[in-house]
Amino acid sequence: MKVIVTGIDGTVKEIEGKAGWTLMEIIRDAGMPIKAECGGACACATCHVYIDDEWLDATGARSEEEEDMIDLALEVEDNSRLACQIEMSESLDGIRVKLARDAVL
Amino acid sequence: MTGAQHETDVVIIGAGPVGLFAVFELGLLGLKAHLIDILDRPGGQCAELYPEKPIYDIPAVPMCTGQELTDRLMEQIKAFEPTFHFQEMAERLEKLPDDRWKLTTDQGVAITARVVVIAAGGGSFVPKKPHLEGLEQFEAGSVFYAVRKIDAFRGKRIVIAGGGDSALDWALNLHPVAERITVVHHRDGFRAAPASVEAMRMLVDKGAMDFKIAQLDSLHGADGALSSVRVKSKTDGLIDIPADTLLPFFGLTMKLGPIADFGLNLHENLIPVDTEKFESSVSSIFAIGDINTYPGKLKLILSGFHEGALMAQAAFAYCRPGERLRFQYTTSSSDLQKKLGVR
Ligand SMILES: Cc1cc2nc3c(=O)[nH]c(=O)nc-3n(C[C@H](O)[C@H](O)[C@H](O)COP(=O)(O)OP(=O)(O)OC[C@H]3O[C@@H](n4cnc5c(N)ncnc54)[C@H](O)[C@@H]3O)c2cc1C
Ligand code: FES
Repeated sequence: MKVIVTGIDGTVKEIEGKAGWTLMEIIRDAGMPIKAECGGACACATCHVYIDDEWLDATGARSEEEEDMIDLALEVEDNSRLACQIEMSESLDGIRVKLARDAVL
Repeated sequence: MTGAQHETDVVIIGAGPVGLFAVFELGLLGLKAHLIDILDRPGGQCAELYPEKPIYDIPAVPMCTGQELTDRLMEQIKAFEPTFHFQEMAERLEKLPDDRWKLTTDQGVAITARVVVIAAGGGSFVPKKPHLEGLEQFEAGSVFYAVRKIDAFRGKRIVIAGGGDSALDWALNLHPVAERITVVHHRDGFRAAPASVEAMRMLVDKGAMDFKIAQLDSLHGADGALSSVRVKSKTDGLIDIPADTLLPFFGLTMKLGPIADFGLNLHENLIPVDTEKFESSVSSIFAIGDINTYPGKLKLILSGFHEGALMAQAAFAYCRPGERLRFQYTTSSSDLQKKLGVR
């Protein structure tokens, strides 16, 4: 299962996903820089990513809790999500995401 | 308390759960402590990130929230009368000729102690800054991440960015003194308390406040003085809002901060320690809790508590040289019970 992650400097990395893990955990486990300060509790917004347009339907909508937490993210776009709120599954195999600056800096 | 001088046995940087429990372990050994935290209250991550969320792995406490854990720790250490310095950043550390340490905060408070305990967790909580070009040049006089004195904003045209409680509370509190307030937020919905949202919308409807659904784009002005904030709206494109002041409220993030310059060995922003005393590469400076690293380290509250207990034994040797330390249980020692104020 693959996840394709674009860093804030534009470099693209293909990393191994794992069903049942969150996107944040997969990115962190691959050693890519993602602050994820609250460890996935939807309490910090420092796991902010942009979902590639093609994958927006597959990832579904933000929950109300996530919507509120995204208020603390910077440079929010329509495709902004918190990576700790997306669980990896077969249907997301090959998903492309881009790290937001506030998830790294 | 600018310029205040204090002397104590141990100065603890960080009033998170681990710093708080260290007060207890030090107190049992008769050592006094001062704590410094940039936050305005105790509890570190537990209070800032998850006050309402449950914790299940504190021994003998089947469930408590982050705030409850903090409150209970505060109760447990009360008898030891720790001194707290909140909203202060531990900034500079110097060694004195008599081997004691002098720690100075960004507010000019100096604390002299024989032992320094760094319980700084994930780092100091500092405001998230928007990524705007030239931001630094405006930070001296036009961009602020907190409001210390309302009067400083009298007559100003203020842009407030964000949708949380800080953003809306300050929009409402500054409204009576400001010339004009514009709230800028990326959506027409807010995480802030519904009552504040309603109060804001009423002012906007009356024309007494502005609200733009937009994102910060760039800052404009000269010599550090802001003249306008450009925002980007999905419907209206770029809009220039005349402004003297920008208050961005996007919550906090953790940064190691000045501890990086204390002259300690660091490994990926963590402080390597031994597992007997939890001492750093510099003697009489200890590191406990999330900020330290050693083989097998787990970032758990329970581990930080254990680290504090062992650290206290070693701190005692520095603070009371030549004195023998007796191993005692709180259950049976009248000496410990006296210190705890239960006897
Ligand atoms: C959402 C979430 C859930 C968690 N759940 C659990 C759980 O169930 N069980 C568990 O064991 N752990 C849990 N943790 C981890 C736990 O909260 C941390 O291990 C713990 O907070 C570490 O405590 P600490 O005292 O070392 O540091 P922190 O809690 O990070 O506190 C450090 C304090 O030091 C201050 N500080 C740092 N540098 C300076 C400076 N230079 N000047 C002034 N102040 C400074 C900071 O502002 C901060 O307040 C969780 C964490 C999160 C985010
Ligand atoms: S890791 Fe904190 S919100 Fe996702």
